[in-house]
Amino acid sequence: MTMSNNEGWKRVALVKDISSDTGTLRVIVDDEAVCLYNVDGSICATQDKCPHGNASLADGYIENGTIECPLHQGVFDIRSGQPLCPPVTTAIKTYDVKVEDEAILIRPQAS
Amino acid sequence: MTTATFVIVGAGQAGGWAAKTLRDQGFSGRIVLYGSEAHPPYERPPLSKGVIAGSTPLSETMLFTPAQLQADGIEFFPRRTVRGLKPEDRLIILDDGEAVSYDRALLCTGGRPLVPAFHGADSRDVFFLRTFDDAERLKDRLSRPRQKVVVIGAGWIGLEVAATARSLGNDVRIFEAANRVCARSVIPEVSPILAALHETQGVDIQVSSKVSSIEPLFSGGSTVRLSNGQEHYADVVVLGTGLVSNDGLAREAGLACDGGILVDTRCRTSDEHIFAAGDVTVIEYGHLGIRSRLESWQNAQDQGVAAARAMLDQEVSYQPVPLVWSEQYDAMIQLAGHAQLATHGVVRPLGDKSGLLAFGLDASGQVKMAVGINAGREYRVARRFVEGSISVDPHRLADPATLLSSLLAR
Repeated sequence: MTMSNNEGWKRVALVKDISSDTGTLRVIVDDEAVCLYNVDGSICATQDKCPHGNASLADGYIENGTIECPLHQGVFDIRSGQPLCPPVTTAIKTYDVKVEDEAILIRPQAS
Repeated sequence: MTTATFVIVGAGQAGGWAAKTLRDQGFSGRIVLYGSEAHPPYERPPLSKGVIAGSTPLSETMLFTPAQLQADGIEFFPRRTVRGLKPEDRLIILDDGEAVSYDRALLCTGGRPLVPAFHGADSRDVFFLRTFDDAERLKDRLSRPRQKVVVIGAGWIGLEVAATARSLGNDVRIFEAANRVCARSVIPEVSPILAALHETQGVDIQVSSKVSSIEPLFSGGSTVRLSNGQEHYADVVVLGTGLVSNDGLAREAGLACDGGILVDTRCRTSDEHIFAAGDVTVIEYGHLGIRSRLESWQNAQDQGVAAARAMLDQEVSYQPVPLVWSEQYDAMIQLAGHAQLATHGVVRPLGDKSGLLAFGLDASGQVKMAVGINAGREYRVARRFVEGSISVDPHRLADPATLLSSLLAR
């Protein structure tokens, strides 16, 4: 078992890789697109694909801990993944996140 | 109000969202939803793309399944058309003559394709695109190999159908009567950019080209004649010539209409118990001095939600910045604002990308509309110029070296 695979944790990026301009970074983990966020210094991760349209949430817009889809303006809470306004009605997947030595590690949440 | 009956006429996107919102907001009375089509509420944007290409089934475009509607206690009646409205008795009359009384009614009757006046516009190989069933018929025709497709009208439906048909390997021509594409919805600077998207894909676009007749041939297909004398053979003709508001029900009932049902900021018609939402409505923008019928996915959803809240006597002031998006080939096109308020345009290339932004400014230099083509997040910033009617220096706006958000902050 490698360091990065310990208890399901995967090292996916460095904190500094997240654009300071947008606060987001799209990464591919096990063939799944994941969006990493820097929300005022706190790192979060959700699925990257908006469940409504074919859009990347990493191209979206962060405001007050929410991410707005660039395509149809659906809004999700970044920490809980809950949909906050139409057209989105289903939650997005969120990941457990930890930061070690400026590296971001994520793992699927126990459902 | 627990025993109240709210009747929604029209089960498209607006009607569907209204029904859902009424229940989500705690309305405990009866919600009765009538739809002329066989399907539960669905979203229409995929019709001109994935549905006619054969890659999007109905289930993927459905907003709410019959089971979800049932779970919310929404009484949904497909294939039931409302034929009459009696505001003084608060009754709607169904196609079979049945009368249903309501406490409040919401009209979401949408629109129907405009059939042009020329000969043959309703002939055998001519297709429209409004409903899922329309799209299924067109899909079957486009699935034949290498069809010669003529699209009449270079608005959003025409361009999207052309893009999909071309991507399927068909020969595609577009004839537009106006002197540029999307003349009603974008500033002049954007039209040639949209046309070029198609021309580089091998689509032939002819503007200022009026069709004078369509003649079906005995051997199949049709001859499309232009008023300049040109003739073109077509296996399939698709009309994208505009939408007519289905406001007949409202007009016959004496409600105020002007090319659609007039609604106030609370989505209320001229009758206090009747509301309207979606493609059928004309929104009065008092502060801008304009009336506008927004034929968009965004409005169908947002006005459906707003009307439901207004029906529940919640605070509502629905005066949206119009928002439209379109997908053609690999281009994501997004629009915000009122094109008719713009007097001149500014095009802003996006430095490191293939995308661009275009802005429509009024005479005083305020941004009234924005168009993004593959503009990604930049479009989100551009939208804020429109939402705030921000005044800008057009030269700095056009300069990719000027940070867009720095102009906003001023």
